[in-house]
Amino acid sequence: MSAIEVRGIEREFEGGVKAVRGVDLDVAAGEIYAFLGPNGAGKTTTVRMLTTLLRPTGGTARVAGHDVVSEAGAVRESIGVALQEAALDPLMTGRELIRLQATLHRLPRAEGERKAEALLDRVGLQDAADRRVGTYSGGMRRRLDLASALVHEPRVLFLDEPTTGLDPVSRKGIWEEVRKLNADGATVFLTTQYLEEADQLADRVGIIAGGLIVAEGTPRELKAQVGKPHREVERAREVVATLGRPLPAKDGLVLLELEGGAGQVAPVVRALDEAGLAVESLDLVEPTLDDVFVAKTGRHLETEDEAPAEEAA
Amino acid sequence: MSRLAANLRIIGALGRRSIRQTFRRPQLMAPIIIFPTLLLAVQTGGAGSAVNLPAFPEVNGFLDFMLAGAMIQSALLAGNSGGIALAVDIEMGFTDRLLAAPISRFAIVLGRLAGTAALGAFSAVYYVVLGLIFGARIEEGVIGVLLMIAFVTLAAIAFGGIGAAIALRSGSASVVQGLFPLVFVILFLSSAFFPYELMLEPAATVAEFNPVSFIVEGVRDPVISTLTGEDAWKAFASIAAIGGISLGLSSLALRHRLRVGS
Repeated sequence: MSAIEVRGIEREFEGGVKAVRGVDLDVAAGEIYAFLGPNGAGKTTTVRMLTTLLRPTGGTARVAGHDVVSEAGAVRESIGVALQEAALDPLMTGRELIRLQATLHRLPRAEGERKAEALLDRVGLQDAADRRVGTYSGGMRRRLDLASALVHEPRVLFLDEPTTGLDPVSRKGIWEEVRKLNADGATVFLTTQYLEEADQLADRVGIIAGGLIVAEGTPRELKAQVGKPHREVERAREVVATLGRPLPAKDGLVLLELEGGAGQVAPVVRALDEAGLAVESLDLVEPTLDDVFVAKTGRHLETEDEAPAEEAA
Repeated sequence: MSRLAANLRIIGALGRRSIRQTFRRPQLMAPIIIFPTLLLAVQTGGAGSAVNLPAFPEVNGFLDFMLAGAMIQSALLAGNSGGIALAVDIEMGFTDRLLAAPISRFAIVLGRLAGTAALGAFSAVYYVVLGLIFGARIEEGVIGVLLMIAFVTLAAIAFGGIGAAIALRSGSASVVQGLFPLVFVILFLSSAFFPYELMLEPAATVAEFNPVSFIVEGVRDPVISTLTGEDAWKAFASIAAIGGISLGLSSLALRHRLRVGS
């Protein structure tokens, strides 16, 4: 059974701007589906329609078996929503926010309080629960937002760009939590502009551009559609591996540590040329202070962002 | 739990949040307490001899006359502050969090107004206590005090509806904040701070028929004289009319916001 079933959904705003132009979707129960696209592609507008915050101007959508227009109340009872930019009141404390969310979902007072404590524990915010949200770091806000979306144990969870603006460590923390939720049985629909996030988390990915889905499939299927460059990168990695120490790098890049520095660039270029591999660009990267930090402390400097806020108050 | 009880619980929770928000954000609290108190102090200190003017109502002191004005000023500004807070919620996306929950859409407005009502009641008690400390005398005693608190509370709801309607329509805190000077124009063109019988035309006529004057007179009546039913029902009718219109406008503005989705 589909947890989310969308047929030709459209949204036209005043002034004739069509943000979503006929999207079809089927997300199976228990699946993690990532909606991948750049800013303005129509991701958030689609999520707002599926979460009943915005009426479609065309097409139909059913979430958890309910129509988003004619059965909007039933949809809201079945879903959890963590919105973009974590729409939290900075003047409330974390505990107040989750308890309010429990009340909004009509949980009895005692059950709401019990759930709030359990969720604060789960996302590691128990120590900060009585601090105002305004003092939280970005990662803490996202975790609180996620916890508040779970208070009524929703069947379908919508996460709109859950890790945008977060440092890598906080991002991975959110990914772990999403995986756990999915393992507990929740269907997760998330939007992201990060390729790695979709690759790491999603069972299936829909790529949206200009309000239309332009590709859909598992990350492996999608990558196989554009497979040749990947194989060439792998070949390049093999060719240059004997000339230096290969380092982990993003898709499509080969990163090589050269003991001899700039003096060793020429042999690398020659080796690639002899292997018949065209090089799109070649950069000589100087070590950064972050590299120094990693070498000296064993961790990235950006992971420290969260620490002062966690320890504050 | 019945549907009504569940909705009342949600409105109560949103009302409590609204009160906490006001107490935690000084810029929302200041207009309700500090500004009217300052104006009360300045006017009673500087214009106290106005009570000796011919045609000035018979009062024990200028403070007795001014108390109702301060209370209604506070109620008007509480309504404006509630509107600003609602607009801030819209701007930061908190309203979307509420709209994504399985609650009545209008509960969002009613929750805000419940908070505004509580702040209205709080300010009424504050001004009664302040007045009594500084020598005011409430002729109608405890019944009069209760009536004053009831009128100020209801007036805060009615004025809060106007703030909510503008917040929902504009979605902008600065637009609602822009109404701040208008509150003073409405107050000065009423009998809040001066008897309209002593005003010059056309202000006197405007003040005589300004619904805010009727509300002020309803609150003032138990302070300066024994209760008259006429002032009380005129105040109640004015509050009901303003409240009916403002809640109707809030409902329309909410529907528009839900339709356009921004």
